[in-house]
Amino acid sequence: MTPLRLPRAKPAVTLDEIRPELARIGRRHALHRGLSLGGLALLTGCDLSTHSGVDAALWAMLRFDDWVQAALFSRTRLAQTYPASAVTRPFRFNAYYAEWQVRETPPGWQLAVGGRVADKTPWSVDRLRQLPQAAQVTRHICIEGWSQIGQWSGVPLHVFLRRVGADLRARYVSFACFDGYSTSIDMPSALHPQTILALDFVGRPLAPEWGAPVRLRIPTKLGFKSAKNLQAITVTDTYPGGYWENQGYDWFSGS
Amino acid sequence: MSAHPPPATPGIRRPAHPLPVRIMHWVGAAAVMCMMLSGWAIYNASPSLPFTFPRSLTLGGWLAGGIAWHISVMWVLFADGIAYLLYGAASGHFRRNLRPPGPRAVIRDLTATLTGRLGHRLGHYNAVQRLLYVGVIAAICLAVATGLAIWKPVQLGWLCGLFGGYPLARHIHLAAMIAIALFLVVHVTMVAIFPRTLVAMVAGIPAEPEENAR
Ligand code: HEM
Repeated sequence: MTPLRLPRAKPAVTLDEIRPELARIGRRHALHRGLSLGGLALLTGCDLSTHSGVDAALWAMLRFDDWVQAALFSRTRLAQTYPASAVTRPFRFNAYYAEWQVRETPPGWQLAVGGRVADKTPWSVDRLRQLPQAAQVTRHICIEGWSQIGQWSGVPLHVFLRRVGADLRARYVSFACFDGYSTSIDMPSALHPQTILALDFVGRPLAPEWGAPVRLRIPTKLGFKSAKNLQAITVTDTYPGGYWENQGYDWFSGS
Repeated sequence: MSAHPPPATPGIRRPAHPLPVRIMHWVGAAAVMCMMLSGWAIYNASPSLPFTFPRSLTLGGWLAGGIAWHISVMWVLFADGIAYLLYGAASGHFRRNLRPPGPRAVIRDLTATLTGRLGHRLGHYNAVQRLLYVGVIAAICLAVATGLAIWKPVQLGWLCGLFGGYPLARHIHLAAMIAIALFLVVHVTMVAIFPRTLVAMVAGIPAEPEENAR
């Protein structure tokens, strides 16, 4: 904030000249607010998409809640696991588009790795299968409220990140998908033992609708963080946002 | 409020509602309304019952907006609730005014209410009122606890487990909301019938002498 001390022409209108009008507009505004059910009608219009002060406050509170959630997060506390018999059938499809729009894996697909990593060689599914594998039966909890139990197995993300020489002090790991989706998570959550790059769903290689050929599976966060159909993983210090996060889903969304 | 010392001496009448109770009541009422209306926006994303709430009745408009309101205002409700519980316990307000009534007293006062024979003395709660107030305080505590459980089913796994796991905790959370909504219907109806009580809940009006000593 540099003070404006440049020699300038006198403004056409000074604040003093329009102060009474400003006061009148302010009063009229306040009256409107008072009449509209104590401002409730105005508030109900605040849905994170307007440029109002209330929406700005809501966005600020989301950042505060992210901070609280990061503080509550434990690197060692595990999500509850279930017997394989508890897997929900039929398993519900969910994406930001309808099931008939699911995309097949593009020919010649490889998982790109970028950002603060030593080895940026892309990965094929076969190479990923040669890394140590882990399996889990956990509850997938959607931000909408419904939940279901699934079984996934694949490469723990912490194994993968160490293997590619990622800077583990970086703040974010972001995921880009070939269906146009994207998301990002904090590094502590990325290194959690139950965060895996899943290759299998219920004992079979992932089908396209379940995220083929590789998806993220992170039971310590809400379902929308478990990105399907991965294309690229980037380790970064720059806040990457994500498809839903940019529209107002709270970024941390930890469980 | 006057600058008199607390009305320990007989003759000087205490206010019908102490100032802290009045402030915390209205902050809490606003917070509960916001939590309820934003909760409806969240509910609409995946309704557990065969209906949804009209969008115009919700706060936040859509799922993300509803959640943003919900996890913003929850801090207000949390702070107000803790302050109210601490004040109520420490000042003797709960012991004096909100002691849970026995079933006999409830039946007596309920019949009296329904037959229009129950007088209302400002500053004294009858058995039905006490039951309702204790009930809604419990329902709000339950809503907060189950809300924490479904917000953090992993980090607060013990709490979520206490409520029978995520899906059940979510349903209890909804049930607590319904209980609070039902309370509100009765509560606001009673205030509409006895508008004097509303004045006393806003301004520092002295308590009236009790009708019949219990
Ligand atoms: C929105 C949620 C609300 C909740 C949870 C709530 C809860 C309560 C509770 C627990 C009390 C007893 C307070 C004490 O003495 O410690 C109370 C009293 C009172 N409330 Fe509410 N309230 C709510 C909304 C309202 C509204 C909207 C109104 C006005 C229309 C209202 C008017 C009053 C009045 C007048 C009293 C005193 C009653 C009397 O003196 O008999 N409340 N409320």
